[in-house]
Amino acid sequence: MQMMKKRILLCLLVGMACLPVLAQFRVEVSGVGLTQLPIAVSAFRGQDSAPQKIAAIVQADLERSGQFRGVDTVGAALDEGTRPDVALWRQKGADSLVTGSVSRLADGRYDVRFRLWDVVRGQDLGGQSYAVTQADLRLSAHRIADFIYEKLTGDKGAFSTRITYVTKAAQRYQLWVADADGENAQPALASPEPIISPAWSPNGSQIAYVSFESRKPVVYTHDVATGKRRLIANFRGSNSAPAWSPDGRTLAVTLSRDGGSQLYAIDAGGGEPRRLAQNSSIDTEPVYAPDGKNIYFVSDRGGAPQIYRMPATGGGAERVTFTGTYNISPAISPDGRWLAYISRVSGAFKLHVLELASGAVTAITDTTADESPSFAPNSRLIVYATQSQGREALMTATVDGKLKARLTGQNGDIREPGWGPFQKQ
Amino acid sequence: MKRIFLILAVTALMAGCGSTTNLDEVPVVDKTGTSVLPPGADGSGSAVGKGDVTSVDVGASSQNAAIVGGPRVVYFDYDSYVIKPEFQSLIEVHARYLKADKSRKVAIEGHTDERGGREYNLALGQKRAEAVRSALGLLGVVDSQVEAVSFGKEKPAVQGSDEAAMAKNRRAEIRYK
Repeated sequence: MQMMKKRILLCLLVGMACLPVLAQFRVEVSGVGLTQLPIAVSAFRGQDSAPQKIAAIVQADLERSGQFRGVDTVGAALDEGTRPDVALWRQKGADSLVTGSVSRLADGRYDVRFRLWDVVRGQDLGGQSYAVTQADLRLSAHRIADFIYEKLTGDKGAFSTRITYVTKAAQRYQLWVADADGENAQPALASPEPIISPAWSPNGSQIAYVSFESRKPVVYTHDVATGKRRLIANFRGSNSAPAWSPDGRTLAVTLSRDGGSQLYAIDAGGGEPRRLAQNSSIDTEPVYAPDGKNIYFVSDRGGAPQIYRMPATGGGAERVTFTGTYNISPAISPDGRWLAYISRVSGAFKLHVLELASGAVTAITDTTADESPSFAPNSRLIVYATQSQGREALMTATVDGKLKARLTGQNGDIREPGWGPFQKQ
Repeated sequence: MKRIFLILAVTALMAGCGSTTNLDEVPVVDKTGTSVLPPGADGSGSAVGKGDVTSVDVGASSQNAAIVGGPRVVYFDYDSYVIKPEFQSLIEVHARYLKADKSRKVAIEGHTDERGGREYNLALGQKRAEAVRSALGLLGVVDSQVEAVSFGKEKPAVQGSDEAAMAKNRRAEIRYK
């Protein structure tokens, strides 16, 4: 892809000072014709004395979506009660303006308020207030970004969702649960042995994953709130690649108990596996279609790994990918429109997106070691693992690949991302 | 909020490491039980409003004691699961040992180099492990003595991305339980 490329290091300004590393992220814009809504997010009144810079988090969320471009507010702090000078903001190039405030309540919680303005029409587009604990300040910022995103694009925002990922440092593996921007990470599991393939349950309460802690791959489900774990597949041979059915009742897994890597379905509470297909090839990496009727998976039955689709209860499979000789790690967007996968092109492993209705394929990245794509619940962004500056890193990309951002929040090698579902409000 | 750290400490005593190990030596594995520790002193909330996260630590893993002296690693060519002739004698040594002592059990651990996806590599490593299991089976080893498992690309023998390193990582290790 010979596309024009720009690298912009966005340094978000609040007051006259640059924010600490926390709120910096690297955004890569490639190609032309990216339409972005110009939005000004003013500093929230009182946020300097709050532990989280709400306005910066909101702006970073919106920019990472690819749909928004931040307009420099030159340090202006406007609260939700102030009627802005819309002509001034139009002059700065903004179509929309966010104002707000953060204040400490008597009980120690924080009162976060905001208002969204259409400065072209001079219209108040509404606002909200949240009374939150200090730990939930970032969540309130993500909820504000969700409100703005939905108001201005018509699509549901996915900023207040969570992601999971695995870090590796000095032979210690940790599974984390973090905000969708990669920040605010909390450890869910630590192990001296590898952890791979984490997958969120549809209701967001559990993560299924493969752990090698017993010196072989074994599938667990893990209740995030309690830390309670359940062994789901610990059969003879290897157990891997868990995928939840959309109703949360079934897990598709890859087992080698009967010889070879083959697909099975197991009740989410555990039990006897039901074999979904039987052949002498590798079948692995199952994922359910959002309607639960089909399973997409990887098979080398044609001589090289390709993505196939078959009924969720087993049956005849049809091939889905036809370009290239190595296509793996399928992810289906929750709206059922897109298939993201990794394709080997000239020895490099690159994230691709296939539009299922048309079969049209788009290469998304310029990196060479992409892995493990996972869609945001609103189907607009993909999080994936890659190598960047010699480290394993997580990136998000828009489905058209025009905007990519590196997630911060962790040092060291980060891998195996999984994007969780929408949270109940 | 209550935090439970599950510490599973499994210590393994290395019995008779080295190339001159007596084949009859039995490894001593001392497994301590699980203990539930009180919540960490760090009571600072992980409250996220949408469900807290409780951390679990699965502790140190058991380690393999070298039981059978001599080579126990079979190396493979790129994208191949064929056991090369030079490894036939190695497999025969282990087959003889396993047939002589039907109480011994062995895990064949398949590995790949770093290229490609983690799950697909897990399946490729499984094919290598099963190739060695089949070879043992052809030599008369009872199937129930042998478990073929895979680590995919998760446990490289050597670090590095050059062909020499990757050749060392495309392997199946024979590990006595």
